[in-house]
Amino acid sequence: MQKVASDLTKVLGPDRLLWEREHLLTYGFDGTAALSGEAGCVALPKSVAEVAQIVRYAAANRVPIVTRGSGTGLSGGSVPVAGGIVLCLAQMDQVLELDPKNLTIRVESGVVTQKVAELADGVGLLYPPDPGSMRISTIGGNVAENSGGLRGLKYGVTRDYVMGLEVVLADGEVVSFGNKCVKDVAGYSMKDVFIGSEGTLGVITKVLLQLVPKPAAKETLLATFSQMDAAAETVSAIIAAKIIPCTLEFLDKITIRCVEEYAHVGLPLDAEAILLMETDGHPVVVREEAKQMAEIARQHGAGAVQVAQTPEEAARLATARRVAFSALARVSPTTILEDATVPRSELADMVRFIQQTAAKYAVRVGTFGHMGDGNLHPTFLTDEKNTAEMARVEKAMAEIFDHAVALGGTITGEHGVGLAKKAFLPKAIGDASLETMRQLKRTLDPNNVLNPGKIFD
Amino acid sequence: MAIEDELHAAAVKIGRANPQGREGASKYLKQLDYSVLQQCIHCGMCLPTCPTYDETKLERNSPRGRIALMRTIAEGRLEVTQAFGRELYFCLGCLTCETVCPAGVRYGEMFEHGRADIEQAGVLRRPLRDLVRTLTLRWMFIRPRALRAVGRLIWIYQASGLEWLVRRLELTALLPVRLRGLESLTPRVQRHFSDALIRPVETPSGNRKYRVGLLTGCVQDLVFSHVNRDTADVLLANGCEVVTPRLQSCCGSIHAHNGELELARKMARRNLDTFDLDRLDAVITNAAGCGAHLKNYAHLLHDDPADAELAVRWSAKLRDVHEWLAEIGIQAPAGSVPQKVTYHEACHLCHGQKITRQPRQVLKAIPGLELVELRESTWCCGSAGIYNITQPEMSQKLLRRKMENIAKTGAQIVASANPGCSVQLQSGASSSNPKLVIAHPISLLAEAYQKGKRADRARFTA
Repeated sequence: MQKVASDLTKVLGPDRLLWEREHLLTYGFDGTAALSGEAGCVALPKSVAEVAQIVRYAAANRVPIVTRGSGTGLSGGSVPVAGGIVLCLAQMDQVLELDPKNLTIRVESGVVTQKVAELADGVGLLYPPDPGSMRISTIGGNVAENSGGLRGLKYGVTRDYVMGLEVVLADGEVVSFGNKCVKDVAGYSMKDVFIGSEGTLGVITKVLLQLVPKPAAKETLLATFSQMDAAAETVSAIIAAKIIPCTLEFLDKITIRCVEEYAHVGLPLDAEAILLMETDGHPVVVREEAKQMAEIARQHGAGAVQVAQTPEEAARLATARRVAFSALARVSPTTILEDATVPRSELADMVRFIQQTAAKYAVRVGTFGHMGDGNLHPTFLTDEKNTAEMARVEKAMAEIFDHAVALGGTITGEHGVGLAKKAFLPKAIGDASLETMRQLKRTLDPNNVLNPGKIFD
Repeated sequence: MAIEDELHAAAVKIGRANPQGREGASKYLKQLDYSVLQQCIHCGMCLPTCPTYDETKLERNSPRGRIALMRTIAEGRLEVTQAFGRELYFCLGCLTCETVCPAGVRYGEMFEHGRADIEQAGVLRRPLRDLVRTLTLRWMFIRPRALRAVGRLIWIYQASGLEWLVRRLELTALLPVRLRGLESLTPRVQRHFSDALIRPVETPSGNRKYRVGLLTGCVQDLVFSHVNRDTADVLLANGCEVVTPRLQSCCGSIHAHNGELELARKMARRNLDTFDLDRLDAVITNAAGCGAHLKNYAHLLHDDPADAELAVRWSAKLRDVHEWLAEIGIQAPAGSVPQKVTYHEACHLCHGQKITRQPRQVLKAIPGLELVELRESTWCCGSAGIYNITQPEMSQKLLRRKMENIAKTGAQIVASANPGCSVQLQSGASSSNPKLVIAHPISLLAEAYQKGKRADRARFTA
């Protein structure tokens, strides 16, 4: 047993400080393909005091700390540093306060996102961010990655719901930023520095979240297109008609075929794109908007537009989108889910470019995603053991990111940079931006103890 | 000598550890097609549905963690260790992870190979464990006559009053703690086994539409032989001629799940020989745990040049009884069962065979029966084959959770289609809800048919 492990065992006891290799191997990865590392030990604190103690120890002994929740990240952000400490907050999962008067909920970082959604729902409220992994992802991880979800167009992302944070800084100091006030301009908005910081600036231990009233009604539509551009134009026209749907999800041709093969939901195999559209709010308004959206889709060449008449039918229409990832993930041994994002107006161009690039490098890519906010998920279906193909995948991916940036977009819409996108970041944001980020990192974590080597070196 | 080695040497001395060492080389996982291991995309979607992860919140106790270990072993970067052995025997094998897995990982197959590795490497070997495994897996469960003889002995023990006397005199206190728990779990053995209740061939009174084979199982045969009789009755009522071969062998699921893959193959071959597939429309099982395994013969024997083809045909004809009834259409019963019933889903029915709709269809076909949905109906009850014996603590936690959910429904009857679950629920009911009746859905349907017939006869004689 290493010295670090034996020292920290004194803090947490043998049950919450793991160093057996059979434990370490299982904390060696997150949801990202082909990235792993072996930590020296895994710490499972149950209180902020314990977190502070571990961080102080790490700072004093210059041992790297990688913070994680359930390990569902898609950019390798929580992959351990060899020999370092994995600080897993999954057991810090207390709900501290649900406050319907102020529409807030305060939780520890290890609380699972789904639980927050359910608690809000129980009092007639909504926690809008709904990342695909919400059934197991933790709020702490969502904040650290600034996660998105299907409702970004209308409701925004995790950042838009964070009112306050408790953070353990790199020297072990415990600080709080933000409060229940809707308006607060006392000094810098420090909480925003930590949102999306991927565990490199501090350890988020508590989160105060804002909730919103639950919409009274929802309508679901599914439209099929034989032209990619027609789908993209439909999206633009809907927004131009001053309708902000809560969901505008799309599937491309390859994804449609995989979905049909897997789930047999009756999608036309010759379709180039399908759009799943949802609008929520006041029942009368929602009904009117659904009618308008169906009309717009037809005007722009949709082959078929189905409007759900019952909640069961709505669920059936949403099936194709819901199973999209599963359908793709079954096709090949390795599935790489990317999240290149462009301004909405450039969507058709971007999707076409992805398809051309995939053909050019002879790799299989299915694309689906959040058309309403420009966030695409080109998904590479490959095999990490096939080195020749993996090399082509890398090349295709680099070109796709370059093109997204050229269109005024970004290399990552909601997964974060972590290890997976590190190489693409300098080109995407430029040297000056990168240096500003580095300065911030040096100021808050001078010894480079917190998640070193992530985002940038 | 490192402290671990000293501890190990001491453990060997008192017979608590494997003298051959704490590690061994992998054979089965290494042989397993690598794509099976590689299919996991470690997204974590299985974590919230895994009963052991839910309890401990430790990655190692999750499907994703266990797969990572198995993959590392297959890659030769980790030996088969004692810690790995303990981990894989902490897994229930409930297969909930397979249901939620977006990537279609075949966890069950990996799990069986992992346990086979643990046994061939001998990392968990201890004298008592070896003895029990030899007596059960390598003797009793491969010899149908021996199994019935043991069943008969237990019946005599229970029916003669000897059991009552032993318990009364608290002689069970003389048993080791583990066995004491086991003693109280011993189910009531039936006086008559399936052979005595079901004739080799039974023909429906009306129009014969199908001919089916009926599997009578092991525990089902000894403890729930009446369920087998009910199954035959229900099949007859639905126009099926029922062929029930004498002295059937164990299907081998207990072997496959406990690291004896070769024995499992042997049992599979024996079952293939028991039925004349060409003359049957389907082979019917009413035990979920057996059914999931029986359907897997095609895969289990895919490398066997002699039996691979037959196994494929076998798997294609194998049906769970609810599945079969839903397929051919359920004859509406004339009698009613006016009871409030809830349905507990056996893991190997809902996760192992993805059968969830059909048992409910059976229950809903019964006039007067009020079906109340059970919260967490697909969450394991802790029976999990012999898990309630090997991991009593975790098993009891799951049983308590299940019994609480059942109590909330206010049902008088809980329907369940797996003998293991039924034994486990019975033991839960005896301590927390003595009035609760545990019944196979098919038994309830049989009752409705029976009552209909009786009413018919009454009308006729009147």
